[in-house]
Amino acid sequence: MAPRVGVVLFPGTNCEHDAVRALGSLGADAELVWHGANALGHYDALVLPGGFAHGDYLRPGAIARFSPVMEAVGDYAAAGGPVVGICNGFQVLTEAGLLPGALQKNRGLRFLCTTVTVRVERDDTALTAGVPVGTELAVPINHFEGNYTCDAATLDRLRDEGRVVLRYTDNPNGSVDDIAGVCNAGRNVVGLMPHPERASDPLLGSEDGTVLLGALLRTAGAATPAA
Amino acid sequence: MPASRQFSVQVEVLLRDGIADPQGATIERALPALGLDGVRAVRAGKSFRFELAAADEADALAQATVVADRLLANPVIEESVVTVLAEAAPA
Repeated sequence: MAPRVGVVLFPGTNCEHDAVRALGSLGADAELVWHGANALGHYDALVLPGGFAHGDYLRPGAIARFSPVMEAVGDYAAAGGPVVGICNGFQVLTEAGLLPGALQKNRGLRFLCTTVTVRVERDDTALTAGVPVGTELAVPINHFEGNYTCDAATLDRLRDEGRVVLRYTDNPNGSVDDIAGVCNAGRNVVGLMPHPERASDPLLGSEDGTVLLGALLRTAGAATPAA
Repeated sequence: MPASRQFSVQVEVLLRDGIADPQGATIERALPALGLDGVRAVRAGKSFRFELAAADEADALAQATVVADRLLANPVIEESVVTVLAEAAPA
């Protein structure tokens, strides 16, 4: 049976249809989930897509953290369910405390919209399961606040525990240690700034994003649905 | 406890020491164009003002600190300073 993926829609999210389409093209049964939802247990994976949830007012993700769905996302993640936050979704997950660190304004204060190369650093997370370490992928970024920041102790822990999932080969935004994506201790929650759904068709210039989304769907297919 | 008094509060949010502040640095680099070469340590932040109902000034400070810590500042990268400015006219 096709894995069921919930794509969470906040007011101001704008990459939800791209995510649903890309996941659907890989065989998933993907659908939108409004941010007022509170029952997510029937999904095999969740994606928090990019955009500007709640207008990015205050800080990206700061208001979205209080959306009703986030309590359910927290429960889903705590039960081991695969959760991926892309771009603004990554920012929401850090604000919600489901991932460590924070995304602050890019070094140089430029909004960056370009294709970058990221290297897969781990083959044991919800988004990279089975993807050989060292695989390089061309995936677009599209952000102003993508500069990953955390304190020194957190960075040490992320390195020691192998929780840096993706690194930029040519750091575009000043992120500490070239970090493009990280995961939680359970390795089931992953956040990344690049947009794999925008690299999911030859017409888009790259299909490399399907490597990541395909891995997520394999994880989802293998996962026991969260309670 | 009756919370019948109104207080006017300010919360200032700045990036923590040691966290790169590209906005502050950019502002600092622009200042020589004004002929001001001695300005340094520019930090950019946000200021919030609001009124709240509280029993007394200490209660107002405690409530505003909750707002600052739980919403206005991200403790990973930011710190906040809460100041009770004045007792406001009743709402």
